[in-house]
Amino acid sequence: MAETAYWEAIRRAHDEEMANDSMVIAMGEDIGVVGGTYKATSGLYDKYGPQRIIDTPISENSYTGIGIGASMAGMRPVIEIMSINFALLALDTLINAAAKIRYMSGGQLQCPIVMRTPGGTAHQLAAQHSARLARMFMSTSGLRVVTPRSPMDAYGMLKSAIRSNDPVIIIEHEQMYNLKEDIPDEEFFRPLEGAEIVREGTDITLIGYNFSVHLCLEAAKRLEADGISAEVVDLRVLKPIDRETIRTSVEKTHRVVVAEEDEAPVGVGSEIITGIIEDCFFALDSQPVRIHAADVPVPYNAKLEKAAIPSADDVYHGALKALGKI
Amino acid sequence: MNDADKKRLLREMMFFRRFEDRTFEAYMERKVGGFLHLYSGQEAVATGVLEMANVGKGQENDYVITGYRDHIHAIKTGAQPREVMAELYGKETGSSKGRGGSMHIFDASQNFMGGYALVGQPFPLAAGLAMAAKHKGSDQIAICFLGDGANNQGTFHETMNMASVWELPVLFVCENNLYAIGTHIDRSTAVRDQYKRVCSYDMKASQHDGMDIDTVMEAAKEAVDYVRNEQKPYFIEFMTYRYRGHSMSDAKGYRTKDEEEVWMKRDPIRLYSERLIEAGLVTDDEIKSMEKEILDEIENDVVKFAEESPEPKVEDLNKYVLDDNPDPRWIGPLQK
Repeated sequence: MAETAYWEAIRRAHDEEMANDSMVIAMGEDIGVVGGTYKATSGLYDKYGPQRIIDTPISENSYTGIGIGASMAGMRPVIEIMSINFALLALDTLINAAAKIRYMSGGQLQCPIVMRTPGGTAHQLAAQHSARLARMFMSTSGLRVVTPRSPMDAYGMLKSAIRSNDPVIIIEHEQMYNLKEDIPDEEFFRPLEGAEIVREGTDITLIGYNFSVHLCLEAAKRLEADGISAEVVDLRVLKPIDRETIRTSVEKTHRVVVAEEDEAPVGVGSEIITGIIEDCFFALDSQPVRIHAADVPVPYNAKLEKAAIPSADDVYHGALKALGKI
Repeated sequence: MNDADKKRLLREMMFFRRFEDRTFEAYMERKVGGFLHLYSGQEAVATGVLEMANVGKGQENDYVITGYRDHIHAIKTGAQPREVMAELYGKETGSSKGRGGSMHIFDASQNFMGGYALVGQPFPLAAGLAMAAKHKGSDQIAICFLGDGANNQGTFHETMNMASVWELPVLFVCENNLYAIGTHIDRSTAVRDQYKRVCSYDMKASQHDGMDIDTVMEAAKEAVDYVRNEQKPYFIEFMTYRYRGHSMSDAKGYRTKDEEEVWMKRDPIRLYSERLIEAGLVTDDEIKSMEKEILDEIENDVVKFAEESPEPKVEDLNKYVLDDNPDPRWIGPLQK
């Protein structure tokens, strides 16, 4: 076991997979000589060279398309998009091509690309660097969407994503790159399907993904001090959603809060709560609660930004509401 | 090129013309749905360029990719005409199992990497195919056919830049038919000569007559050889003309009969057949019997196959969305 930061876990996964398979390449802005904005490919340019660690021009749609084309001919490109906001530029090749080519070709071709991108707010990056967009990707047929919350998942899911034959979007988070955790020295994989119970409890279920899992865990600690036992579910995967794990938890606790950093309209929470209503409506003892960002472009001013983005405190109060305590 | 090959090329172009005319008829009979974009008038370009490339050899083929006007490019690359027709009919035996239709013909067994409906999207995909070929050390190249209209997409500039700076073995074939859907190039585009637009990317480029297949082949040979041998991109432009509307919903109200007649005088099949007759390689009677043979083949093999083939099963609706046999080691689900 070695204490590993989230960014180091991603770097290690790249390194091992590139050593394992010469068809694995990485491409993105500043990922080579500079080593990546979040250091996720640092040192790899010297090890694998410019043909496999490819510094791209600022042309998201077309370098994503080049990665997709290469994947159709057998390569396994890991495409880094510096911020999920910029992924909007690549939606044509990603959604109109990568997500549809297997289907349109009647299963003859596949696009085993990985797109890694941080999707979340950091500190005062303002509206054009603070988008989340998870809800948009999870509504696209033909993609897998995963949201690792920890170095374990960041490492193990990237390795699985590279080996998977489907296009996989990995949504990371700018506030998690320095998060540390002990991870095994031996190689391992973490699957691209399945939610995880990260804390067991009996009184209420708190559901999160990516950074909001940490808000849920913090809220659960405060609830414990109040004598309330909260179960925390990390969705891990937004497409396909693991409804079975959610149902089992809600049938146990009968109350639920879904916490997301995305905005609410047509959000992740909407989808999760719809699933709960369809799957186990009669298990609920109170109405489900959504914790989400305000429906505004993210402001620059620190006080306004804080007000726009959900906090652990919001999740805690959401839980009290679901429990009928406020 | 020997005499037999010349006759074969003439027959191929005649076959392609009849194939497209027959899809038009099937569309009018409502046997073909969706959008249908026909290639009639432009045959010399795909036929001539691909004649100079590696096609019809399965997995050894060069990679070929194009837009939605894709039937003929697919067939010349090696797809079976009956499977392309069955695709237009939406049948399970179609080249994309009825999931793609006219705009999305694929034949991976011949490295025909698809027809795409997003104008300009094949540019980067082609560059990626070329990147893979180069990475694997193969001598395959990628060939991307698109119209002049595609050059006003951002992917054109982004991809020309990367193909050049990364020295990718990709041949961009611009079929300049003067119209982007119904808008004339002079009304949408600052320069009519598209090959001039790539000079800012330090890429070799040239422009040629796209109605004369001999000219096309001569220019294409030089370009294909350059891309393969130098492992660098090349942009080649052919001036051509499509006889039919952009798609079936298009009454061609944006252009004059006079203009159409000028181009039809230089019809690629007419030009080539006259040349072969003049050279004594073929007679009028032979051409007439070729026409008859083609009619018969398309009716009694190609269309018959499409008509008689089964449709996809509704219970297979969800196949091919993701890998249908995923490896549980990577996919899971997570063990509780």
